[in-house]
Amino acid sequence: MKKTLPILFFSALLLLFVFSPVFAQSAGPTPSDDEVNAVAKQLFCPVCENTPLDVCPTQACAQWRDLIRLKLTEGWTEDQIKQYFVDQYGARVLSAPPLEGFSWFIYIIPPIFLAAGVYIVFRAFRAMRKPVNAAVQETPVQTPSDDYLRRVEEELKQRK
Amino acid sequence: MTEMTQDSPKRGVPLWAQILVWLGLLVLLGIVALGLNRAQQGTVQPGEIIPDFKLTLFDGYTYQEKTEISFSELRGKVVVINFWASWCKPCEQEAAGLEAVWREYQPGGEVVFIGIDYVDTEPEARGYLTKFDITFPNGPDLATKISQFFRIKGVPETYFIDRNGVLQYIQVGPFTSETQIRQQVDALLNQQ
Repeated sequence: MKKTLPILFFSALLLLFVFSPVFAQSAGPTPSDDEVNAVAKQLFCPVCENTPLDVCPTQACAQWRDLIRLKLTEGWTEDQIKQYFVDQYGARVLSAPPLEGFSWFIYIIPPIFLAAGVYIVFRAFRAMRKPVNAAVQETPVQTPSDDYLRRVEEELKQRK
Repeated sequence: MTEMTQDSPKRGVPLWAQILVWLGLLVLLGIVALGLNRAQQGTVQPGEIIPDFKLTLFDGYTYQEKTEISFSELRGKVVVINFWASWCKPCEQEAAGLEAVWREYQPGGEVVFIGIDYVDTEPEARGYLTKFDITFPNGPDLATKISQFFRIKGVPETYFIDRNGVLQYIQVGPFTSETQIRQQVDALLNQQ
């Protein structure tokens, strides 16, 4: 009896050691906070205004982060989780809205305004440079044509 | 000097570019105005007819043996729509009261209570329904379509709709007593 007890104990320990990875794999490894936040930061809290899910302190957001953790544990991909959130709470939860409907404006209007702004600034700079060039060209053209000035200059040269 | 000014070509922003910029600004202002207008509108108002919407119920919940409720099928009945969420503490204050009043009116068949779960997670929502033993039809507001139509400002909010599908009363925030719920339901039942 004294000999069988340690044998049984070590056998149980061995079985536990051998089968524990199998059980762990079937449940999936628990995702770290970083892994959860990597998905959460791509989503916005549907209740609080303009608050990314990874930094939102409310109970609702904590529940959503737990849900992300659960889905990751079940083997869902980032895209699948994001799609689940869109189906449940609408496209407004996405930090980068999809290219459809009014969301197009978000992607189109800023570049258009930026290009227009650059164009206007470029034109303004060109307009500012023009009078300077004209003045430089103007001086040599006007001097030789003025007979009176030419004579004054000649007299001045003679006096020197 | 004067001659040179006349000779130089007149340069400026082309007309088409000016029109484009102003049009862009107008469109942007229009979008902002629409958004502000919508934000200031508040919830749907009493007197408005509630159009049809569909609610898929949580597993285990049915209405007349169907797993989906179509609002248009409820014409002729007094409808009480309660928006709630499991993360909402004030919702817990009225949950038991709503269920108690529902159990009073359910046998008559003239009143229907509907629970709409607003931006919630299903496991927690199920826990909430079990905790308060809620039996009236309940379902999630998928993609927040229903709450967007009602333009709810938060949870809990409860909407009382008469037999003709016209919104008659809105309760913003939790009910303080079961009597408060009964008063609104009775008023609609007594309407001719």
